Amino acid sequence: MKKYTPTEKFDTRSGFGAGLHELGKKNPNVVALCADLTPSLKMEAFQKDFPERFIQCGIAEANMISIAAGLTIGGKIPFTGTFANFSTGRVYDQIRQSVAYSHKNVKICASHAGLTLGEDGATHQILEDLGMMKMLPGMVVINTCDFNQTKAATMAIADYNGPVYLRFGRPVIPNFTPADQVFQIGKAWTVNEGKDVTILCTGHMVWESIIAGEMLAEKGIDADILNIHTIKPLDDAAVLASAKKTGCVVTAEEHNVLGGLGESVARLLSTSLPTPMEMVGVKDTFGESGTPDELMEKYGLKARHIVDAVIKVMEKKKALV
Amino acid sequence: MADYKELTRVATQVRRDIIRMVHGAKNGHPGGALGCTDLLVLLYFKLMKHNNKNFSMDGKDEDLFFLSNGHISAVLYSTLARAGYFDVKELATHRKLNSRLQGHPTPHEHLPGIRIASGSLGQGLSVAVGAALAKKLNNDDKFVYVLMGDGEQQEGQIWEAAMFAPHNKVSNLIGFVDYNGIQIDGHTKDVLDLMDLGKKYESFGWEVLSCDGNNFESLESTILKAQANRSNGKPKMVIMHTQMGYPIDFMMGNHKWHGNAPNDEQKDKALAQLEVTLGDY
Repeated sequence: MKKYTPTEKFDTRSGFGAGLHELGKKNPNVVALCADLTPSLKMEAFQKDFPERFIQCGIAEANMISIAAGLTIGGKIPFTGTFANFSTGRVYDQIRQSVAYSHKNVKICASHAGLTLGEDGATHQILEDLGMMKMLPGMVVINTCDFNQTKAATMAIADYNGPVYLRFGRPVIPNFTPADQVFQIGKAWTVNEGKDVTILCTGHMVWESIIAGEMLAEKGIDADILNIHTIKPLDDAAVLASAKKTGCVVTAEEHNVLGGLGESVARLLSTSLPTPMEMVGVKDTFGESGTPDELMEKYGLKARHIVDAVIKVMEKKKALV
Repeated sequence: MADYKELTRVATQVRRDIIRMVHGAKNGHPGGALGCTDLLVLLYFKLMKHNNKNFSMDGKDEDLFFLSNGHISAVLYSTLARAGYFDVKELATHRKLNSRLQGHPTPHEHLPGIRIASGSLGQGLSVAVGAALAKKLNNDDKFVYVLMGDGEQQEGQIWEAAMFAPHNKVSNLIGFVDYNGIQIDGHTKDVLDLMDLGKKYESFGWEVLSCDGNNFESLESTILKAQANRSNGKPKMVIMHTQMGYPIDFMMGNHKWHGNAPNDEQKDKALAQLEVTLGDY
């Protein structure tokens, strides 16, 4: 198992804030919109240095999304910022009609996704957003795993012409991907090369998968770990190549197992390369209040749950032989 | 510059197109389309600076028009075709399979003149605000116009945009409410009363004007006043009093014609009230 020894910890939302600020310097067409959550989204630096390109919308997310669509008419590249819950479910119709169906170059940037939002509870812990967004034709869906990757993704999506949903989170976690990475939309990032089992992970579950990979190595299991930061378009070639190599697959995501990464992978494998699979994710339920760690433990999203799923899927593989 | 006589000739032909398009598709929304014809013809044939030959999505240095109540698409399609955006023959494809003239307007099919999808109501005012902000950022001094329905005012998002635009001094925005008092289920005052709509916008910080939307002189003088008052920093909202179905005698003021197509006999009866001026498609 490849060693990851990150010395620093950050929240992924700070990676978004840093990337957005860089974009402000680099690209005069980038504008940022926020719905009364500027500090939570880490958009203060952009607001301070580019006030003429920062649009405070107040607590009116539907208006914000449609204004963003209008701004693209005139060549602007709008980045909207609010919590993932208010970035998707609350404004689904605005995104569907004014952004996706209208092919507008809007970047919907969504923080505090999933259970790790913590104490605010299920009203704010959206676990359905990836599903909603990936069902929209033409929508690119990205869920980043650490500060560096979120910063790189934020900058990369400005160069891509089309609607993007960028999902990140609140908790402080290890920063382990390279600072100088070039983020490629739709290209899986290899965390570890192995031969016994494939682990496909996204968002905060990538670090948990690294810990799981170390635990598995102690048991003599060599995991092929791929970070699927882009849920859509899925890197079909990388998923199929790894599944072919290992013969069994575990997916790991901080999202409902209905509609998320696991289902995208299941669709691909069941139609192209039927392979035993297990899914680590939230089992079609709402979250609740608690610390991020307590919640990830209670809802089965820690490294040990990935290890359990690996053991189960490897037994399925063995039964096939 | 077109005079009212010439504009009337165009409007009469557009109204013939609307009747024939909705009849041809066997469904659609003729009432609001007929009522708003004068506004669209005045804008596209006289007041707006726009490029009908080389359509660009960005519309830099052009006045922009957005149709928020997308169900009256027939009037937009006919006006755009008559203004030279695409061949009038294409109007015959309206609402049919493989057409660029979808039931509700969309840029998805790349029809020149369409910059945003509309149909799900309440979004157009916000989109227009965004386009107007982009013009300001680009130092583009042209105007952004948006038309909404009166029933559409019942959508909550309208009031988010209504609060935003005056606060942010979106002074290059001129909105219109097609105030015909009728929606699908009946009169707006019975379905969900708008009460004093003008006062509502005024209290939100808009400059509110009103006019007869089926009278070119009233429409033009009101729009010119709205333009002239740009320096007061306020967005403008025009309460445009129209008659649904204007000027077809059996359609006017009847909510049945909000979303129903005329049958053969009704189509002939309506066309008999509209002379051919520019030639049918």
